[in-house]
Amino acid sequence: MAVDVNSNKYTFIFATVMVIVVATLLALASESLKPMQKKNVANEKRQNILSSIGLEVSAADAETAYDENLVEALVIDANGEVVAEPKVGAFDIDVLKDYKAGLSNIYKANAADMDAMKAALLAFGDGGVNYPMFVLKKDGENVYVVPVVGTGLWGPIWGYLTIASDGVTVVGAVFDHKSETPGLGAEINQASFQKPFEGKKIFDENGEYTGIKVMKGGAQGSQHGVDAISGGTITSNGVTEMIVRTLKIYEPYFLQLQGGGVEEVVDTVVDSVGLAMDSLNIEEVVDSLELSAE
Amino acid sequence: MSEVAVAEKVKEKSEPLFSKKNKALISNPLDDDNPITVQVLGICSALAITVQLKQAIVMSVSVMFVLAAGNVIVSLMRNMIPNRIRIIVQLVIIAALVILVDQVLKAYVYDVSKALSVFVGLIITNCIIMGRLEAFALGNKPWPAFLDGIGNALAYGGILVIVSFFRELLGSGKLWGYPVLGQKVGALLSDGTLATEATGLYALGYVDNGLMILPPMALITVGAIIWVQRARNTKLIEA
Repeated sequence: MAVDVNSNKYTFIFATVMVIVVATLLALASESLKPMQKKNVANEKRQNILSSIGLEVSAADAETAYDENLVEALVIDANGEVVAEPKVGAFDIDVLKDYKAGLSNIYKANAADMDAMKAALLAFGDGGVNYPMFVLKKDGENVYVVPVVGTGLWGPIWGYLTIASDGVTVVGAVFDHKSETPGLGAEINQASFQKPFEGKKIFDENGEYTGIKVMKGGAQGSQHGVDAISGGTITSNGVTEMIVRTLKIYEPYFLQLQGGGVEEVVDTVVDSVGLAMDSLNIEEVVDSLELSAE
Repeated sequence: MSEVAVAEKVKEKSEPLFSKKNKALISNPLDDDNPITVQVLGICSALAITVQLKQAIVMSVSVMFVLAAGNVIVSLMRNMIPNRIRIIVQLVIIAALVILVDQVLKAYVYDVSKALSVFVGLIITNCIIMGRLEAFALGNKPWPAFLDGIGNALAYGGILVIVSFFRELLGSGKLWGYPVLGQKVGALLSDGTLATEATGLYALGYVDNGLMILPPMALITVGAIIWVQRARNTKLIEA
């Protein structure tokens, strides 16, 4: 070989060419595989949502099953009111990303003061925080799926909590985690932890908001508590915190479900467009919005 | 020219594809020269990824791809790689291959890629791969280098599979995700209901060994394998 492979010039040229070739290759691979990867992530989300209403489907069937069962996907602001024209659709809101992007700090700083928290949430980012809510059909009834995000012992934990159409009763719950301790905190993604959430109530008899607490020492038949995982106290507390805090944001919406029922809400919506909406009449609102625009 | 690598040179004559020497490239790592149990390389991934059989096999296949492809690429380029930056060049090649594997897993076997998560990225730091590239591929032709890669990856994967077999069986009573020892109370059945009655071994009072799931037991299992191997193969016992 005529070229001296150990000269400085050759070394520089070799390194430059290598880096460019490798970068091009990886960029190509990443771009061409991206659609499939995105689809996988979306299907996993659909699977989780469906699983929280008690439907286990494979990743391949997730999209059809989700579309079949979906009544609508709503976006809710920090006041618990439905956003009529959200910038990002409900399905595309990445609650975990939002949580990491600064929401966790807001929650932590204002844990004691709900009003201050709401003010901070409404001021967050570009036009306040938006929360997604998925309205699905289960056995002919509407159920309301709420994504929850929080912090466990080692990293983020998240899940979906489904509330029945009475706005009080939990229909199902799924949780998952990034890196909780196997056998301890990691048990939150097991059915043995998630099953007991079914039938619990997030409001007490007097209509006061309670949320659901993961209780150390056993829930003992409590309507608002489930058994904690022994040895997984911090993760269990994280689950409690994330459920109580998140559902509190949605509280006005659930109160509406309890009080009004569908008919009454229809009137309000038609009267004052965009203020409040129930799951069933988004089209009416859109219609009347278009009317007034004309 | 030839100061490129300090390596075990294979005779560069034309020889049949599966000559004795070439066969030894595959069979040696499996026993006498096993990367995990004899050279004690790649232990960290052997601890991390052996909780379930399925993960272990996917990891092994990924490592096999990276190691074989990396070996061949480095071997093809062995006369072009400047000596002073050869380690960096090897690292870039490995890293690029690993990212490719990761992207492909994410696109085609998403659930597996989720289970492996950071460990795929950690293939880059698997010392077996760097070791083979530096010690073998830099000084040998592509075909022997390819065989060497496959052989070492097989040996690595073999240990992973053995360890994960025992860890999954004793730790969670399953193999490949199937409950082979019977049903536990509180386990989720395929129809979505919770099992309230134990069947199989669990009905007799058998309890999974939770310790098997934790990394220390992987080390102990690897230790047991080393013990068995040295008892069989007395060549390996140092005087």
